[in-house]
Amino acid sequence: MTASILPLVLDKLCFNARGERLIHDLTATLHGGTRTILLGPNGAGKSLTLRLAHGLLSPSSGSVRWEGSSAQAAHERQAMVFQRPVMLRRSAAANVDYALSLRGIGRRARRPLVEEALARAGLGDMAKRSARVLSAGEQQRLALARAWAVNPEVLFLDEPTANLDPAATRAVEEMIAAIHESGATIIMTTHDLGQARRVADEILFLHRGHLMEQMTAETFFARPQSAEAQAFLKGDLLW
Amino acid sequence: MNDFHDAFIEAFSLIFDLDADLVEIINLSLKITFSGVALSALIGLPLGAAAALLRFPGRGTVVVLLNALMGLPPVVVGLVVYLLLSRAGPFGVLGLLFTPTAMIIAQCFLITPIIAALTRQTTADLWDEYSDQLRSLGATPARAVPTLLFDARVTLLTTILAGFGRAFGEVGAVMLVGGNIAHSTRVMTTAIALETSKGDLPLALGLGMILLLLSLVINGGAYVLGDMARRKLK
Ligand SMILES: Nc1ncnc2c1ncn2[C@@H]1O[C@H](COP(=O)(O)OP(=O)(O)O)[C@@H](O)[C@H]1O
Ligand SMILES: [Mg+2]
Repeated sequence: MTASILPLVLDKLCFNARGERLIHDLTATLHGGTRTILLGPNGAGKSLTLRLAHGLLSPSSGSVRWEGSSAQAAHERQAMVFQRPVMLRRSAAANVDYALSLRGIGRRARRPLVEEALARAGLGDMAKRSARVLSAGEQQRLALARAWAVNPEVLFLDEPTANLDPAATRAVEEMIAAIHESGATIIMTTHDLGQARRVADEILFLHRGHLMEQMTAETFFARPQSAEAQAFLKGDLLW
Repeated sequence: MNDFHDAFIEAFSLIFDLDADLVEIINLSLKITFSGVALSALIGLPLGAAAALLRFPGRGTVVVLLNALMGLPPVVVGLVVYLLLSRAGPFGVLGLLFTPTAMIIAQCFLITPIIAALTRQTTADLWDEYSDQLRSLGATPARAVPTLLFDARVTLLTTILAGFGRAFGEVGAVMLVGGNIAHSTRVMTTAIALETSKGDLPLALGLGMILLLLSLVINGGAYVLGDMARRKLK
């Protein structure tokens, strides 16, 4: 068993672009095993926060710290699924195989892992099909399978169902639950309250680049503290 | 009018009799163009992708240079290669001037910038789409170079065939460094130029028709291949 990279500490994170501050002094500690949902209206800064945490963006100030390991080593224990799945121009199987090869797994060892990953996504009989002709739901499941295949300790998901219909959304949420059950920590964004209720153990509520609340999902939905969160829960439009 | 008519008849008979001189010239044309384009692809593809992805000192200069060289007049390229290879030039000792090798080198100078510049554009666009995902998977930009070249294969094949078309029809540079020597460095374009100026219209016409036909086949093939691959890969 490799040592855990959690908890993840976001320490006074700030992010500026074009002279504007988009993320303000965001401080939070995220522990292992939970399903954390970054919740908030469009433009709240959820995606930026996720990309900062995963290391795709560098903070303008503040820091992202993983437990006990270098940023490089910690990155190898993470995976991310994006709102619009990025499919390589190859077969479904080759998409998974590529992710495994980047982790330095030999060709022989990869084959059964690819098969297993596709089976877990219900894509077993589409292995040879070009990933880019799959439906939106199948593509997102393939993206999840690809992320799961590398056996991450932390899985980031950025609005993974925003472009999907209810049936495909359900399939994706079931896969997320399975990945969580297999031991991964889930850190996910959504603007969908229903999804947050279904998935979250813990809520980080963001508004205009500020972290307004961090609490268990139960507490958040029962007794939100900030006026913004109360309005968001009531379904008022926030901007 | 009659002259033209006779010339056409004779041109056709040269083609259908597989005239030995004609076949030799076509063979050499294909050999030089294939070699030149293969070499250009070998240099141009990684160079273009590297210029798109990697941040190295002098990268801006490379990009500007590639784009400028893309539109270089072939005669000027021929002149430069001529000077490099001529007896008094830096590579004179190799004795390459007026050999097929010199012609391949000239083709390479002409085609590499085209392939590299188009490859840079293609891979830069693809990197826009892929970079978050590939970096998330742990790929460094250097590791992403072969990935992008592979994933852009359909467009890049078209790019290479565009280079092929240009090399195949090129006359100025290969004329200068090859010298259009019979049975040695005479290719289709230089033969057409020579025979036309000598007034031997049948041979020039026959070669012209074959050149046209081969160009059509290459471009048609590129179109069909690209279309098929695009449909398969979307
Ligand atoms: N690279 C960027 N440059 C400038 N503004 C950006 C950039 N990325 C995001 N933003 C802005 O930052 C805000 C937060 O974006 P984002 O994190 O994508 O919000 P969301 O919560 O919807 O995911 C938005 O107003 C967006 O327009
Ligand atoms: Mg977003």
